[in-house]
This record gives sequence, structure tokens and C-alpha cells, in this order.
Amino acid sequence: MPVRTYLEAIRQGIWEEMERDPSVFLLGEDIGVYGGAFKVTAGMLEKFGAERVIDTPISESAIVGAAVGAALMGMRPVAEMQFMDFIACGFDQIVNMAAKMHYRWGPAVPIVVRGPSGAGVHGGPYHSQSNEMWFVHTPGLKVVMPATAYDAKGLVKAAIRDDNPVIFYEHKFLYRRIKEEVPDGDYVIPLGKAAVRREGRDMAVITYGAMVWTALEAARELEKESISLEVVDLRTLLPYDEEAVLASVRKCNKVILLHEGTRTGGMAGELAALIAEKAFEDLDGPIVRITAPDTPVPFSPPLEEYFLPNAWKVIEAARKLAKY
Amino acid sequence: MPTNVIMPQMGESVAEGTITKWLRKVGEQVGRDEPLFEISTDKVDAEIPSPAAGILSQILVKENETVAVNTVVAVIDGEGAAVAAPAKQAEGEVAAAPAVSAATPPSTSAAKTGAAGAPESPAAPTAPAEVRSSPLVRRIARDYQVDLAQVRGTGLGGRISKKDILDYVERRQSAAASRAAAVPAPPPSPPPAAVQPSPPPSTFVGPTQVVQMTPMRRQIAEHMVTSKRTSAHVYTVFEVEMTKVAETRERQREEFERRNGFKLTYTPFFIRAAVEAIRDIPVINSSVEGTNIIYKRDINVGIAVALETGLIVPVIKRVDEKNFLGIARAVQDLAERARTKHLSVDDVQGGTFTITNPGSFGGLFGLPIINQPQVAILGVGAIEKRPVVRDDAIAIRAMAYLSLSYDHRVIDGAVAEKFLGRIKQILENWDEPVL
Repeated sequence: MPVRTYLEAIRQGIWEEMERDPSVFLLGEDIGVYGGAFKVTAGMLEKFGAERVIDTPISESAIVGAAVGAALMGMRPVAEMQFMDFIACGFDQIVNMAAKMHYRWGPAVPIVVRGPSGAGVHGGPYHSQSNEMWFVHTPGLKVVMPATAYDAKGLVKAAIRDDNPVIFYEHKFLYRRIKEEVPDGDYVIPLGKAAVRREGRDMAVITYGAMVWTALEAARELEKESISLEVVDLRTLLPYDEEAVLASVRKCNKVILLHEGTRTGGMAGELAALIAEKAFEDLDGPIVRITAPDTPVPFSPPLEEYFLPNAWKVIEAARKLAKY
Repeated sequence: MPTNVIMPQMGESVAEGTITKWLRKVGEQVGRDEPLFEISTDKVDAEIPSPAAGILSQILVKENETVAVNTVVAVIDGEGAAVAAPAKQAEGEVAAAPAVSAATPPSTSAAKTGAAGAPESPAAPTAPAEVRSSPLVRRIARDYQVDLAQVRGTGLGGRISKKDILDYVERRQSAAASRAAAVPAPPPSPPPAAVQPSPPPSTFVGPTQVVQMTPMRRQIAEHMVTSKRTSAHVYTVFEVEMTKVAETRERQREEFERRNGFKLTYTPFFIRAAVEAIRDIPVINSSVEGTNIIYKRDINVGIAVALETGLIVPVIKRVDEKNFLGIARAVQDLAERARTKHLSVDDVQGGTFTITNPGSFGGLFGLPIINQPQVAILGVGAIEKRPVVRDDAIAIRAMAYLSLSYDHRVIDGAVAEKFLGRIKQILENWDEPVL
């Protein structure tokens, strides 16, 4: 089976969908001639032509607005944000137009807004944010964040085929660091389904995105101390897989919620509330959150390192929780 | 929190019990698992331990009164200090009053008391606030009726963790099991806490889940193993043609139900045949005591009835004095009362021979375990049409396998064969009116 990077897997997923369905087209800044800032769309213009791979002005509002309009006319646009930080400029088109149209007057809005997010590459406060929770708090959207190359391909295909507006977060730290076997040809990972990346006994780490790898690294280390971590990758944040979360809590009875986004109002808080409501009597210890602190992402490399959760922080927290 | 003390179920068949003696008076201090009262049923006389520590605040059932199982017979007040007159307490017991005993770490008393063992003296009760645990641990404690004060915590600050309580429950189970094995009959009285059948777990908290046997399950388990150890089991199986019986039943079925108000089943046919055969071969209706064989005058036939929660064997007394209708009526009555839990102690004892029906779900035949102290048990397989050879031709006949498990200590093979052969003969030539 061919080995591909996370980035190549996304490209292949989009590519196959463009071949499969003529209503799928791309729009975004520098995605055509230049092939995208990270080269996700490299080669697409040559293959599919300027009508289906459209370079746009630097206006996220216009990109998302055009995508919504095209979707209403029966197309399946895939809009790229050069960095997910700039999705803020298209915010109104996403949360007040795309997210509410089906509720308000019935039509499907099958758009995908995708782009790189996350820190770890010294991008500073405007090119490193994990702002997925802005959209997790918006009913009418779906929010997806793959952690593996295999999932990235299967999820991007599912996102393109979904009739709802999907915000598709790609982690830029993983783009070329994750290389794994990704099969050629069609397969789809259903939205809303989590994956257990590692079975464990003593506590469950529930996470997503790049932090899945952090959790797995910690789990390998803790195995030497006979602390057995289960690692759950949410994959989709909205709607998230409540059943999988509760199943792991009921199995392990202790839980660590881990993400790269900042603490207050983060996914961990949402999951903690769910667990307290529905699995209180399965808890054998406090619910533990490991997140970034409530600050912008620092530019300074040592500060960025301090800011981000890492395997060491997970190991420390897990040791404490194991003793509880 | 007041704790209700209930009349425990002392065996698979027992629906009621008589309180013969109260060992504590109202107002007295009682420790958890200390003897509280004595009861008597026909199966066992037993001392019942207190389900909780506290003050015996009410006695609701007087001595020599008989009440149904699960009836509340007394109330123990956990926060007894407020209720009882301390003046009544014997001097030595004052220390046990559950006042604030913050100085007592839970670990020391729990470690000495150990799992489920009856403490020689009441352990100093620990104020509940001192026991630190987790929501999960409290749920497990509730499900398994564990007093958390008895569990040693190994977590931070002596907190009881999942592992601590699961270890405790497991130790308690194995302690109970070894105690049961060490003491032969009568069976040890189950603590009242364990009276309610524990349902199988819906979710697992670990790879295994420990569920205590119900008293009925324990009785069955013990009884079966004892029987296998006691009797030299041998088995024989006959095939019996049921055509005549089936025809009789088919012919009379409607009229029978119209006259008597219940259905005509196969069971009375088998009982009738067995009784006739026992008359010819009385050793089937005996038991063994040491080197003596005890022959029984009365033929009392037990019928195994499957219940949702186990098995019960009500007994039809003096079957040999009943005609067919009388037997059928007795079967109907006992089966009905077995399922509605209205059997009396008398209904389930005194059996001299047992019939069981492994065929009710289609089993061809079973090899049942003898119901002690009896020496034989008849198993009736499913009745179904089978091709058989009659006059060198293949014919379709209603057939059934009858099996006999017998105790070779007193019944030899030839005798058992003769007995089962006689049953076969009676059933195959059925001519008795059933109405």
C-alpha cells in the first residue's frame, strides 16, 4: 500500500471527489497557479482546469459567500482558508448564512471550508490558532479534525459528500510529519464517529488532532510504569461521538481530556460536562483537563513549547490520577 | 439512617419464617453482623445477623409469629445516639456508640475485621464522612451492599479506589465460599444483605464482575454437588412409544378441560406410570442411611419446576392413593403455586422419588442428578414423532426417551432396567380413564 503524508492524503481525497463528481470545485487564495500555501492543491489546476480550481481575491468573506451561493445552485464547493486563523473574516457567511439556511428555509448548503490550523511550527498568534470551538458552538455546522493520514482522506471525502456545511480543520504540524499507508481508491470515514487509537484499562485520554499523537507517546511511556492509557480520537467535534466517549469512561473510570486549544470554553469543558451528567457514577477520580492556557499562541519558541500540551504533561497528570 | 431488618429467605422453597427468639431488646446497641434473632423454618433453624450497626429501635414481629419472606421484622437506627436511652447500654458497649470518632482511622479497624468475617466485638463504627471514595466506588458499594467503613483505601489520603473495593468484594465472595464449603448441612444462613437476588451486571467495571449467588442458587449448587458426592450415579435410557398416551390425551383433552378447568398435560401420565412401577419395585422408593436401606411406605413424587430465578421441586404426597384426576389436579396446583411463590415449606419436602422434564425445550433426554436423599430420578425427554420399525416396516410414531438416574449403592442395573421397563409397558399400553 502506498505511503502518503497527511497532506497528500487530503489532496488525494479531494482529487478523487473531483473526479467522481463534476459539481465539486475548489476556490481559495493562491490555490491554482501556486498550488496553495502548503501545496495541498498542487497539480489540481492542471488536471481540472481554471473553472474548477479558482484563485480568488484575498477576501474570506467573498470566498465563503461565493461558496454558499454556488452550493445553493447545486454545486459542492470546497473553499480553502490559507490559514484557519483568517476564517474569522468569513465568519458571518459561515455562522449566519451557511449554518442557518437549512433551518430557516430548507435548502442544503453542502460546502466544505478547509484549511490548516494549530501550533507547533512557530507561526505566532495569527498563524497558529486552534479556533475550532467557534464553530462547535454553532448549530447547523459540522466540525471535523483528522489526526491520521488515513482518516484525513476518508474524512475529507465524507465532508465533501455531506449535505451540511462542514468546517474541516487540518493540522499543519501533521501535514508532512505523518506518513502512513493510505490506500488508493474510494473509502469514506463517517462523520460523527470517534476511533479508539489504543485500548487501555486505567484511564481514557479523549483528544483529537495533533494531540492524538501526544497521547499515544505518553501511553507508550506510561506502559513501562504499568499505567494503561486508552486513547480516543474524536475525529469529528460536531456532532461528537457521545457514545464512544461514555463507553471509554465506563471502561476506564478515570479520564483525561486533552486538546491544543485554549482552556476556557474548550472541547474538554464540553466533554467534562457530558461525563458528569451521564457517567458520574462511573468516575473513580476527578475529570482532568490538559489544554493550552488562556492566552494567544506565543511567537517565541520556548514560550510556544510552554504553551502547548505535550507528552510530558500528559504523563505527569496520568501519574497523579493513577494514584488518586 | 434507619435500616429495615427483613425476614430472610432461608432456602429455595421457603416462603415464610417464624421468629423463635429475639436476641436483642428494643433500645439495645447492636453491631453489624452480630446475631439479632433466631428463626425457624422446616428446612433450617438459624441465627440471623444484624444488617447494620446501631440501636434496635423497633421490633415489629413478636416471638413465635410467622411472617412471609422479606417482611420487615425490625428497624435498626444507625444514628442511634439520638434515639436510644444511653442508660440502658451495658457499660462495655458505650465505646461502640457511633459518636464522632474522628480519631479512628478507617484502615485499622477494617484491616483487623477483614472480609465479611464476623468480628468478635463490634468494630468501632466510623462516621461516614471519614470514608473518602469516588462516585464509582459508592455505586459499587450500593450494588454489592458493601459497608465502605470496612474497606481499606489505598488511594491518596486513604481514599477508597475502584481497585480497593473490587478487591474487597472478591475477598468477601471467596471467604463466603470457603466458609460454605467447610460447614456441611445445614447450609450457612445467608446474611440478610444478600437476600435480594443480584441481577447480572448491565455494564462491566472491569474484565470480570462478581455477582453473589442468590440463596436459592446457593442451595441448588450445594445440593447438586453433595448428591454427586453421595450417590453412585448410574444412568439408563429407554425409548417409549407414546402413541396410546398421546391418543388418549388428544381424545379427552377438551372434555377434560371443560370439566376440570385446567389443561390435560403429559405429566400425570408419567407420574401414574412411575407410581405403578414403584409398587412393583419398592427399592426405588427408598433412601440410604449408613448401612441401612430405609423403605418408605408413602410414595411422594416431586416434580421439578423451572422458575425464572432457579428451580423448585414441589412434592405430591401419597400419590399412590390418588386416581389420575387427583394427580393431575395436584400437579396443576403445585406448578401454579410454585410459579406464584405460594408454596409452603410442607409442599417441598418429604419427596421419595422425583420426575424431571429435560424435554420441555426439546431435549431428547437428560441425565439428571438424584435429589437427595432419594435414590432415583426419572427424566422425561421431548415427545416427538419418529420413524420406527413395526412389523418390519417403517412407521411414524410419537416417541420419547425416558432416562433413569439411580444410586448403584442400593439399586443394581437389572432392577433399574426392570423399573424403567415397567414404566414403558404401562405407558405403551395405556388403558386407564383420565376423566
